[in-house]
Order: sequence, then structure tokens, then C-alpha cells
Amino acid sequence: MHPVRKQRLWAVVFIVVFSSLAAGLVGYGLRGNINLFFPPAEVAAGLAPAGQPIRVGGMVVVGSVERSTDSLQVRFAVTDYQATVKVEYEGILPDLFAEGEGVVAAGALDERGVLRASEVLAKHDENYMPPEVADALLKANTAGVTP
Amino acid sequence: MWSFFHKLGSPPWMYGISGRILSWLLPLTLLLLAWGAVWGLLYAPPDFRQGHSFRIIYVHVPASVVALAGYYVMAGAGAVSLIWKMKMADVAMKACAPIGAALTFLGLLSGAVWGKPTWGAWWVWDARTTSMLILLFLYLGVMALYAAWDDEALAAKACALLALVGTVNIPIIYKSVDWWYSLHQPASISLSGDSSVHSDMMQPLWLMIAAFYCLFVCSLLLTMRGEILRRESNTGWVRGLLMTGEGGRAV
Repeated sequence: MHPVRKQRLWAVVFIVVFSSLAAGLVGYGLRGNINLFFPPAEVAAGLAPAGQPIRVGGMVVVGSVERSTDSLQVRFAVTDYQATVKVEYEGILPDLFAEGEGVVAAGALDERGVLRASEVLAKHDENYMPPEVADALLKANTAGVTP
Repeated sequence: MWSFFHKLGSPPWMYGISGRILSWLLPLTLLLLAWGAVWGLLYAPPDFRQGHSFRIIYVHVPASVVALAGYYVMAGAGAVSLIWKMKMADVAMKACAPIGAALTFLGLLSGAVWGKPTWGAWWVWDARTTSMLILLFLYLGVMALYAAWDDEALAAKACALLALVGTVNIPIIYKSVDWWYSLHQPASISLSGDSSVHSDMMQPLWLMIAAFYCLFVCSLLLTMRGEILRRESNTGWVRGLLMTGEGGRAV
């Protein structure tokens, strides 16, 4: 290869390597801040600030959803299987909100450690299947067969 | 290998070969797009939780995947342009930017349309969506930077630098759902088998991904041909092309 071109090739390699390195360092410096939400374990450990807008994400605890009969008030608990955070919310929940499914709630922690949510988003998982397959899996699970 | 590389740098050769490729790739692309879209949108089974709204996957995933891959094509062309000062590489880089921007926009738009009924929000500032928005700005940035210079060689140099620096964003987009807590779900499909999408839904998705790759190549070649004609409008071979009306077959 022509020496001038070789020199330019090295310049290109340096640009890519050093810009990646710079971006990597920025990402490392911001590592906590890039997360969209706190998992309940971090909230329980006191890492989430109280009284300030934050998001908490995890699975809705099965059997924890309590709906008010005369308003849109709803209470539920979110878990990451290490700790649990209680959530209070008034408003319309997304269609995919369900017990045992992922959720991200935005709001602020009150003095009792309950998240007063102003927005609840459903977190969809990566599984896609037709209804018949889901039914068959459910039947196999209840029959004690591992899929 | 080097003789092929040198041929790539020749505008008449590039114009001729791209015409021959397009003559069969364009019908193939239309066939794949029609086949994948009809299969995915009409015949694939609905999802057990999302119902029919999951079908946005057949536009969202192919557009986003090819938007990322297209960036590497643009940056690769930029590197060749910087190192070998090859004019055809400038043309390829310039042609990639609007196509990539359109695909990224399509990915963001389809994601927002899907996000509203599924997540409950049009837009969330999580790592995946934000890094994808940065990709759109990188593509738009290359377009704007190219237009900002009158001297095309200088414009190509500046754009190649921007494109190369921007490559750092591609692995970030790809791994963002694994590195940070995000609302966007982790990757559903993998080349190593074990996709978490049922095969009845996956087969049309593979077709659509293939169709979008072909669509990208077709758009790239068509845009490059237009750019080649514009740049070479004063040369003998273009004049000869117009006189004989040989279309894409003249070399």
C-alpha cells in the first residue's frame, strides 16, 4: 500500500478507536443516569431520592392489584424478586398492564416509601407467539410439564 | 482483487454494473416486499397479548436493522473516501445518508405508533429510543454537512469524519437494551437460532428483513446513478449514453 494511504488508514483507525474510547468513558461516567428506571432493590437500598421525580420498573406482583370501585384509583406492588415497591396511581392503565407482567411507573416516593405514580407504562417482553401456542404452554405448565 | 477495486472507482463502469444489478434486483425486491408484507400482515397469526398491533414488527424491525447496517456502509464508504480519495466512495457515502435517515425515521415512527397502545406512551427517553434518535441526527448531520460546502472534495472529507466518529453509536444502539434498564424490550431475534418469536411469525419477518436489505441496495444504486450522471454530465461517456439511449447497459 502507498505510504500516504497507509498513513491515512492509520488516521481513520485512530479516529474510530479514540472516538469510541471517548464515548465509552462518557457512558461509564453517566452509567447510572442512562438507566430509565430504578429496580425495587435499589429503591429498598435507599439509592432512589425521595420526593423527586423518578421511575421504578419491575414485575407487577401477582394478586397485588387493588382497584377502587368508584374511581380510577389503583394500587399495586412492583418487584424485581429481591425487593418490592408499592405504587399508587390514578388514571388509565395501558392495555398490556397485567399481574405478573413488566411495568415502569413514573412518580415520586412519599414519606411511607410508596411511589405516587403520575404515569404507568407497560414494559413488553421479547416473546411473541400465537394465542393457541400460549394456551398450549399454559396447559402444559398447569399439568406440570416443563415446556 | 485490486483490479476490481480500481474498477469500482470508475464512474462509467459503476454506472453500467449498477444498471445490470438493478435490472434483476429491483423485481426481486418488489417480489420479496409483496410476499413478506402479505404473509406478515394478513396470514401470520396474531400475538397472544398484543393482538394485531404486533404486526408493526414487520416494518419496524427491518427498517431499524437496515438503518443500522446502512450506517456502516456510509462510514465504510467514508473511510475509503478518506484513504484512497475515490470519487465513487464519496458518491456512495452521500447517497447513503438520505436513505438511512428515511429508514431511521420509519423505525422511530413505527415504534411510536406501536408504543402508544402497547407501552401507553408515544415516546420515552430510554437508552434505545434516544440512541436511535441520535442516529437520525447523524444521518441528517451528514446530509447538512455535505450541503454546507461548495467544494465537494472538502465536503466529502468533513462528512467522512463525521460518519466515522458516529460509528460508535451503532454498538450502543444495538446493546443499549442489555447495558441499561430500558422500556424497550431486549432483542427478540438472533442469528444463532433460539429466537423468542414463534416460527410462524418469524418466517415472514426474515422475508421482510431480506426485502429491506434489497430495498436499501436498490435505493443506494439508484441514488448513486443519479449522482454519477450529475457529476459526469460534461463527459463524453454520458453524452454518448444520451445519444444512443442505451440506458443502463452502456459501459
